Amino acid sequence: MSEILLSVDHLTKRFGGVTAVNECSFQVQTGTITALIGPNGSGKTTVFNMVTGYLKADSGSITFKGEPIMRPRPADLYRRGLSRTFQQARIFPDLTVLENLVVAAGYSWKQLFGKRVTADDNARAHRMLEEFRLEQLADLPSGELSYGQRKLLEFAAVLMSEPSLVLLDEPTAGVNPVMIDTMERHVRERHANGVTFLIVEHDMQLVMRLCDPVIVLDRGAPIAFGTPAAIQSDPLVLEAYLGG
Amino acid sequence: MHEIVQAIILGILTGGVYALMASGQTLIFGIMKVVNLAQGAFVVLGAYLTYTLFVDTGIDPFLSILITTPLMFVVGVALQWALLRPLHSDDVAQLSLLVTFAIALGIEGVLSFTYSTSLVNIQPAYANFSWTVFGYQINMVRFFAFVLSLVVLGALYLILQKTKFGRAVRATVQNPMSAQLLGVDSQRVSAFGFGLGAATAAAAGSVFGMLNAFNPGSHYDLISRLLTVVVLGGLGSIGGSVVAALVMGVAASLVSALASPIWSDFSFFVVLLLVLLLRPQGLFGARTRGAL
Amino acid sequence: MRALLARIGVVRAVIFFLILIIVPIVGGPVWLINTLIFTIMYAALASSWNLVGGYAGYPSLGHAAFFGLGAYAIAITFNKSVDGGYVPFIVLPIVGIGAALISLPIGWVAMRTRADVFAIVTITLLFIAQTLAFNLTGVTGGAQGTSVAVAPFAVDTYDWPFYYGMVVLLAVAMGISVYFRRSKIGLSLSTVRADEEKAHGVGVRVTAVKLIAFSVSAGLVAMVGGVWAYYVGFVYPQFAIDPLITIGMVLMAFLGGRGTLWGPVLGAFIMVPAQQYFAYTFGASELYLVAYAAVFLIIMLFLPRGILPSIADRLRKRRATANAREDIIPAVDVAATEGTGVAQ
Repeated sequence: MSEILLSVDHLTKRFGGVTAVNECSFQVQTGTITALIGPNGSGKTTVFNMVTGYLKADSGSITFKGEPIMRPRPADLYRRGLSRTFQQARIFPDLTVLENLVVAAGYSWKQLFGKRVTADDNARAHRMLEEFRLEQLADLPSGELSYGQRKLLEFAAVLMSEPSLVLLDEPTAGVNPVMIDTMERHVRERHANGVTFLIVEHDMQLVMRLCDPVIVLDRGAPIAFGTPAAIQSDPLVLEAYLGG
Repeated sequence: MHEIVQAIILGILTGGVYALMASGQTLIFGIMKVVNLAQGAFVVLGAYLTYTLFVDTGIDPFLSILITTPLMFVVGVALQWALLRPLHSDDVAQLSLLVTFAIALGIEGVLSFTYSTSLVNIQPAYANFSWTVFGYQINMVRFFAFVLSLVVLGALYLILQKTKFGRAVRATVQNPMSAQLLGVDSQRVSAFGFGLGAATAAAAGSVFGMLNAFNPGSHYDLISRLLTVVVLGGLGSIGGSVVAALVMGVAASLVSALASPIWSDFSFFVVLLLVLLLRPQGLFGARTRGAL
Repeated sequence: MRALLARIGVVRAVIFFLILIIVPIVGGPVWLINTLIFTIMYAALASSWNLVGGYAGYPSLGHAAFFGLGAYAIAITFNKSVDGGYVPFIVLPIVGIGAALISLPIGWVAMRTRADVFAIVTITLLFIAQTLAFNLTGVTGGAQGTSVAVAPFAVDTYDWPFYYGMVVLLAVAMGISVYFRRSKIGLSLSTVRADEEKAHGVGVRVTAVKLIAFSVSAGLVAMVGGVWAYYVGFVYPQFAIDPLITIGMVLMAFLGGRGTLWGPVLGAFIMVPAQQYFAYTFGASELYLVAYAAVFLIIMLFLPRGILPSIADRLRKRRATANAREDIIPAVDVAATEGTGVAQ
């Protein structure tokens, strides 16, 4: 259980004069649902963006599955088994729900020139749709989905490539309570199947229920790390949230 | 050596005029995020207005700027209001770009119809007068064109720094969303900005018409150079585009003197491609973007 | 349902091309065939442009450069003689492949930039090509232009080979469009158009599909340029590499609907005859420019998505309201997955 899947070392990012992420180091161990929390502006999403290659770090390094990632690029990391969702669910609105899953499943060069949706693609996507109870919507243009459904679809899509680490950026922000439960259930199911999660989340009740360990970020650097119970009683954390 | 220095002088003087044209274009981009493909046509339109005033009423081309710039400001505001403001869809940027292309075509068509397509030149009595300084030729019109460009650029700078409108523009360039939240009327800023861009083009057009023979189709040559300048300068950065214009002016002038004039435009494009290859965000893009 | 739609599509295409094939045989006035040649030419150009400008969402403004490339390739090669007259058509695929290869590094550089800069880079490409055509006098003849040897075709049916050449190129362009749509290339292009950054993150081969779209598009446009050069017989820099050719392609694709199969074709069949009519009515080319600009502006302002997508939208809305009235079950299912609690 103590194997390190992702290691972030001394990551730093400045925007103009503001240091958004400052010498940030933490680790995610295989098989955990790790939470990354912190007050607004503490640099959580910036860390996500650097880890997934959407933003270039000023300094620091990232190690995934024991291999250092010199120049993190989204496509590259995806192929290595690291994928993510976005705060504002990003799906492809012109494609149908099914196609959104198919395109995220990965394909070889040969398949690129082959059929848009093969029987095999179809079967795989339908299995995922079943798991997420979206079968009815398979052929609907995904642009017509509601916000909550989009978040669900994006989550389902990043699972299509069978990643070993999934980064969820506020999976339940702006969705209704029933959807929060749905989301939680899917995370648990997938976790039981061996997927490791790193989650940025503002819903503390959910974090305390779902995640262990919890990393607390403040002003771009971790200030606490531990079990939810330990975090809840950590004076530093309280100060960060209340004092600012 | 003499030849090289002479070419550099010429390049700086020419570059100043391009800086003026480009500053308007980059201002428009900064505010509206629209690449104005009609900027070259605005310059040519300004040149024809000056030409008409000069031929019909004998108004000195430099003085005519006092008439052409306000006029073109109004034209710019009207075009923005009528053709760009109503656009709304997923890809406003693409549509706006094409609309400005259509404006350029329209201006070219109207000018061709009014003036025919033969080349004209604005030739005041002092057109060929030049000074000799330390053995180097400095053409008077070119020199005053350069000075005028500096003056207009200075005025633009003051407008942006000192006026309420200027503050609204700078806020919009840096962050359109928060500017709106702070009560900046973005449509009005866009209209004024487009007008201001057209006005600088008109000022540049007056001197362009004295330095070059032109016809309604000249805007293609102009826009190709202007685009190079604004991309090199980092779209949206006025300071960057002024530097880029001077650099390109000198480079083109050197190529023209040392190789052949027919390749001077080409050097613009090659530099552009090289820069994009190395730095897709433009020469000054990352550092000065939005900083004016 | 889907199979039925596909069959309707095939039938429509067969009828369309049968009509195109029959027209010259049935005969008609010279002006009609002439107009049709240019209409089909632009339909082919717009369809080719649509591969990169529509499906990939990269609106190239420089495609006239490839048109000129193809035109010069044919004109220079067949400057002295065209033998039986059909050799230029036979070597056309080589021209296309050559242009596609040349376009690869260009596309690679250009497509590193985003939409606005991309438009600038491609329009610069057009000016570079024009400058080269003017200045490399040894190869292109410079401003004097260069000519293609006259084809030894019978006077009565002189236009036919060019006409059918254009028809074949249109068919190829549309065929490739269909292939794109039905393969993972099209699926990937849709993601590039919608959200390129996200596409990278779900493993789409972004660079590859962009380059495929760009080079195939460039190759096709070059082949059309080749046939055009052979047909008009003379190639001048300002006509072969004309911003108006670029604008023609873009405008027609926009008018009919970019990113659709028939949109660019529809756009061409509206615009080219209209253009010929303007030129005929106004005589001089100056007002024709104004008319062109006016049509352009009207499309952008009132029909920004193009004719076909607007119609499709309206149909879908109507169908959606009809469905909602007749059939409530899907709505409940939506509510269930949404988790509003209604179904739980």
